[in-house]
Amino acid sequence: TDDLDLTPKNELTSADAYKDFANYKSVLAKLYAGFALTGQTGPSGNADVGGFDEGKSNYIRAYWQLQELTTDEAVISWNDGTIFDLHEMDWSSSNEYIRMMYDRIFYEIALCNEFIRETTDAKLSERGVTGANLEEAKKFRAEARFLRAMSYWHALDLFGSVPFVTEEDAVGFFLPEQISKADLFKYIEAELLAIEPELVGARQNEYARADKAAAWMVLSKLYLNAEVYIGQQKYTEAVTYSKKIIDAGFSLAPEYQSLFLADNHKVRSEIIFPVAYDGQRTKTWGGTTFLVHAPIGGTMSAAAFGVNGGWAGLRTTKEIIGLFNSADDRALYNSAGQKLEIDQIGVFTDGYPLTKYKNVTTDGKPGSDPAGDHPDTDYPMFRLADAYLIYAEAVLRGGSGGDRATALSYVNQLRTRAFGDNSGNITASDLTLDFILAERARELHWEGHRRTDLIRFGRFASDSYVWAWKGGVKTGRGVADFRRLFPIPTSDLSANPNLVQNPGY
Amino acid sequence: AAQQRTISGTVTGDGTAPLIGVSVVLKGTTTATATDVNGKFSLPVTGNTGTLVFSYIGYVSQEIPVGASSTYNVNLLTDARALDEVVIVGYGTQRKTDLTGSVAAVSERDFNPGQNTTPDQLIQGKVAGVQITSNGGAPGSGSTIRIRGGASLNANNDPLIVIDGVPVDNQAVSGAPNPLSLINPNDIESFNILKDASATAIYGSRASNGVIIITTKKGASGEAFRLSFNTVNSLSKVKNTVDVLSADEFRAAVTEGRGTNGAAGNANLLGSSNTNWQDQIFQDAFTTDNNLSASGSYKKLPYRVSVGYLDQEGILKTSSLKRTSVALNLNPSFLDDHLKVNFNVKGSMTKSRYADEGAIGAAIAFDPTQPVYMDNQQFGGYYEWLDASGKPNTLAPRNPLSLLEQRKDNGEAKRSIGNLQLDYKFHFLPELRANLNVGYDISKGQGTVFRPITMASVFNQGGSRSEYEQTKTNKLADFYLNYAKELTAIDSRFDVTAGYSYQNFLIKTPAFPVLTEAGTVFAQAGIPGQNENTLIGFFGRINYALKDKYLLTANIRRDGSSRFAEGNKWGTFPSLALAWRISEESFLKNSSLVNDLKLRFGYGITGQQDISNDYYPFLARYSFSEGTALYPFGDQYYSTLRPAGYDVNIKWEETTQYNAGLDFGFFEGRISGTIDVYKKKTKDLLAYIFPAAGTNLTNGLTTNVGSLESKGFEAALNFSAISKENLTWDFGFNGTIQDVKILSLSKVNDPNSPGTLVGGVSGGTGTTVQINSIGYTPYSFYLYKQVYDENGSPLEGVYEDLNHDGQINEKDLYRYKAPQPKVYLGFNSNLTYKQWNLALVMRANLGNYVYNNIYSNMGTYSNISNATYLVNMSSNVLQTNFVNPRYVSDYYVENASFLRMDNITLGYNFGKVYRDKVNLRLTANAQNVFVITNYSGLDPEVSSGIDNNFYPRPRVFALGANLEF
Repeated sequence: TDDLDLTPKNELTSADAYKDFANYKSVLAKLYAGFALTGQTGPSGNADVGGFDEGKSNYIRAYWQLQELTTDEAVISWNDGTIFDLHEMDWSSSNEYIRMMYDRIFYEIALCNEFIRETTDAKLSERGVTGANLEEAKKFRAEARFLRAMSYWHALDLFGSVPFVTEEDAVGFFLPEQISKADLFKYIEAELLAIEPELVGARQNEYARADKAAAWMVLSKLYLNAEVYIGQQKYTEAVTYSKKIIDAGFSLAPEYQSLFLADNHKVRSEIIFPVAYDGQRTKTWGGTTFLVHAPIGGTMSAAAFGVNGGWAGLRTTKEIIGLFNSADDRALYNSAGQKLEIDQIGVFTDGYPLTKYKNVTTDGKPGSDPAGDHPDTDYPMFRLADAYLIYAEAVLRGGSGGDRATALSYVNQLRTRAFGDNSGNITASDLTLDFILAERARELHWEGHRRTDLIRFGRFASDSYVWAWKGGVKTGRGVADFRRLFPIPTSDLSANPNLVQNPGY
Repeated sequence: AAQQRTISGTVTGDGTAPLIGVSVVLKGTTTATATDVNGKFSLPVTGNTGTLVFSYIGYVSQEIPVGASSTYNVNLLTDARALDEVVIVGYGTQRKTDLTGSVAAVSERDFNPGQNTTPDQLIQGKVAGVQITSNGGAPGSGSTIRIRGGASLNANNDPLIVIDGVPVDNQAVSGAPNPLSLINPNDIESFNILKDASATAIYGSRASNGVIIITTKKGASGEAFRLSFNTVNSLSKVKNTVDVLSADEFRAAVTEGRGTNGAAGNANLLGSSNTNWQDQIFQDAFTTDNNLSASGSYKKLPYRVSVGYLDQEGILKTSSLKRTSVALNLNPSFLDDHLKVNFNVKGSMTKSRYADEGAIGAAIAFDPTQPVYMDNQQFGGYYEWLDASGKPNTLAPRNPLSLLEQRKDNGEAKRSIGNLQLDYKFHFLPELRANLNVGYDISKGQGTVFRPITMASVFNQGGSRSEYEQTKTNKLADFYLNYAKELTAIDSRFDVTAGYSYQNFLIKTPAFPVLTEAGTVFAQAGIPGQNENTLIGFFGRINYALKDKYLLTANIRRDGSSRFAEGNKWGTFPSLALAWRISEESFLKNSSLVNDLKLRFGYGITGQQDISNDYYPFLARYSFSEGTALYPFGDQYYSTLRPAGYDVNIKWEETTQYNAGLDFGFFEGRISGTIDVYKKKTKDLLAYIFPAAGTNLTNGLTTNVGSLESKGFEAALNFSAISKENLTWDFGFNGTIQDVKILSLSKVNDPNSPGTLVGGVSGGTGTTVQINSIGYTPYSFYLYKQVYDENGSPLEGVYEDLNHDGQINEKDLYRYKAPQPKVYLGFNSNLTYKQWNLALVMRANLGNYVYNNIYSNMGTYSNISNATYLVNMSSNVLQTNFVNPRYVSDYYVENASFLRMDNITLGYNFGKVYRDKVNLRLTANAQNVFVITNYSGLDPEVSSGIDNNFYPRPRVFALGANLEF
């Protein structure tokens, strides 16, 4: 009987949601928020995904944990579940931090699939979306495809061959097939190339929305690492796309630190694609809340970071500190009350915390959250400096379409900003691949690139380069090569018998 | 003509007190009366013929022939069988002798005495197969009730509770400590507990976890006016506190630099006080519970009206509960008793002040060398850990007393349950009855939480004012026809019922912003909630008895739920039961040894659709984000619109249950009891699972997957050791053995999958210690096997490499025991000597395991390794010497089997104390007297199996008085 046909009052049915064109942008906002937030209530509550701690599984935080805690750039003192296994490099397929990332990636992909499915030309026309709205909807759809491609790139980089779902698959319970690394590479590449004409021009979109430059950035990184991903060199393409970014009118921010402060949304000249936060309106326990609070502890003053207290968690190893010249503005670390040597990972005062991310503005004022919990600081997912270094590295690795002199000039632009003058500039002979790896750490430390970089340079697993507590011993030791990929989490292997585990796990 | 005269007499119960309101009828006539407050009656009779029938609920009826005498003093004896003669089952009643299913009845006489704030406490430990575990010592906090262990994994495992024919909403009521705390136990007359599927299937979709039918007290026709006043005044005391380091032990640990590699750097943080923080937060708590009821019959209108007032303090400072309740029952009959009306309205209002139970953990953690107060008034005068800038150190524990005294968390809830039941016996066909029952259960809860800016935890946000509100409306309409016919020709009796039931639940929760103390908005209001679900059922039942020996009951119910999509909305739930009253067979009928012997078999399928917070799990739907989870594009912040995960095909969970039982009574009922064995299998479990990545719009959702099996054995035995006029001594035992196992868990069966991790612990965020996996009991512990040194001390961080792969990782976790007891037992005894009465209740659980999260979280020297504040430790650290938390060691799982003396009561019945008009009875009672266990924590009874910052169950001493006018 009709009495049993009830519909929600504080939610919309899917059909109703797409009747009003204003809602399309709200759905798009959710796709972006999939990286920034963890649910429909900030900082936590009404979570998107479950099975683990909401804040820790935030996309940016989960990505950062896998990309940084596994490397020389970061250790964390909290004895939470299996987190120590990341730095000790002995994780298994049931490690929850790996699963958090994996589930976030596929949640994001599923969200994007849903929106793409609901914004096909046929559906738009069926709902009478025409004119300016139609143009707008197409941009939204292209951005959804960009976000999906970015997540698939994360999946390729972290997990290799993964289950493959697109907008062609309906929502339900089915068992997706696993896509090979080569096919996934092709798919990501094809998607990004296909949407390139539909995306808004570089630097032309609303703040925090993706434009062509964001797509070029993912392409650049995809090509730069193609040898790792599919065993083919694509350095020429890496040069091509990093050059497109560089030539799109971006410029370096005058102050390095300004890129990581509460008002870094103003640094639009350099930040290509941010994940946005706000102390009152965009709140999470992951993202920059984590990145600002976690490295504060010991005798450090939280007020200087614009927050109400530290979490006494993150530090870096002496190997990273050793890369810095004291005149380098990028040497943002605290040594007071801390010891360089890490005797115990669980003791915050062992190792120096990096003080890169802060919730204060360039003129020293704290962010907007009166409670001092959540920063206004946006997470710079991609920025121009990375494009410079990609260009330089791709040229050094034999990519054509660029030249070493230009590469040197880009690197020296970074050095000049860092040192305040040209005292830190290098010469052509200094510009080696080893220099690039070290410079990437100096410039891009704690921005979520390190694991990928070390793998590309063959120094992630092998004992050719070790750092404090690599492999679970204080002096560091190499681990087996299979650890260059993370395992498919047990949770999905048991849900989907089509999946084959990565070798070694 | 025979002479008209008046006879009189006194009726007493069990040779002691006069019984008030006993019905005295001259058999076969309309001449009747009831005894007065002195137990006296008088009745006009004609001549010396006829028979007087004395009947009173709970007592064996007696028939006395009228002779020449004009005085008839009668002593009625209590009789359990007489009491249980009629058992209330779904949509009707049944004679106990005719029952084919597993049904237990507990009536007022058997209720646990003493201070009972919620109804569940009345029957704790009394019924085999029913496990009632109180949720802690907070006032009105209620219990977790499991009948035969529950049938679900993730869907609701609570039994259906039906109060006077209204299936009530058992979900939390905002502002009240628990939904049952709004029901005054003093108004309850009996509990009937339906356990097996053949008994519960008439409730179809809501029957898988058993049904508890609560009947409240009523007035009786012809009953004299009766006023009863009941008062219980009690003192609750903390029984024991968690062992932590004393101030001196703590000083030694810090000064020696344990946990900081001997670098005694943190000794500078020590204070000079000796504070026992647990003594600071607990108090002796007083409770008064007063109930006044009046009942009787005004002309032909039987009535009962009662008011109750409870004022209970909690042993955790600042917690309290005040409850005012009223109940009215009218049950008149009209049309020559053809139309029976039963009208009930119950209303209650609670005012609670909730204490921040985080103070319990804070009191364990707070540095004992620090004082309670400091001179700095910025934080209300309470000592707090501050950072260099003089602001609260956000990582440090907060002053436990400040958490309690500065927080004003007040909730208020009103609930009313009422129904009107019309039962009409057709004039032309008296065997046919029509029964209409309309009812409601509405509640409104609201509350405010205020924390001033002087409270360290909200100092940074400028203090906090928040409020909440919730309205629940639950409407019910039932109608059934019942036809009962005796066919003497074939020595058969039929009883056929067919009916319809409609129930609708509506919950509204408005949203409010969180303000600062000054009143500015700190967090925008969220999205208001409004959810609704409807259940519709058609049901039928046939009872058939042949020669009063061979009994058959068949039920069927077809239920529809709004929670599922078209095509899956309806489920059918049948049951069949057979019973053989062996004692009615000729070879036993005249046996003096065997009075009652009945064998029962039952089979049935029941359903489950209650996935509490999922109202539209089948529907593709989108919801907006709140003001704290917006996303910016340009300068504009957008509320995000999120598609929810859903399962178009979601449907009922189904439990198939088999039951075999034996009821017996030997030696004229002096030994009686029941034995039941059962097996339940639940398939299509409404379980929360993780579907293949990328296939749904969330990573985990509820769908039908997997199956669960439980098996059990229950026995209840009542033994009347002595039964003399001045001395009676009864014993009751009940025991349950149960075993629950998960048979399958995912859409695909993967033998390599360990299962679903559950059981998060306090301390390591996201760390779990339990697992649901195939072939094991739900919530089994899943941990590393601790390695010990030759002295038996655990080696920190050293675990056994169970898979021998040379490394210790998640593959070395193993399943070790489970929180659910293998066996639970109840024991009660009642000794009466003249006017004295001594009763006691004991309970035991065997084979239940508990993870001591206080040890694992607080028993490590890392608590004193922080450079800016100190945290006290559980004394367990002196045993382990652990430096870092080792949450995942099986060292922390302990056998928590226990024997608890729940209740001991001494009563004295003064009889008449004032002009033969007032009867007085006094009781002295102690609850939670002692617990015998090897478990090292505070209390071994932890239903989740993870012991952490539990509000301790107090020991209660109560004095009660009962006055009858």
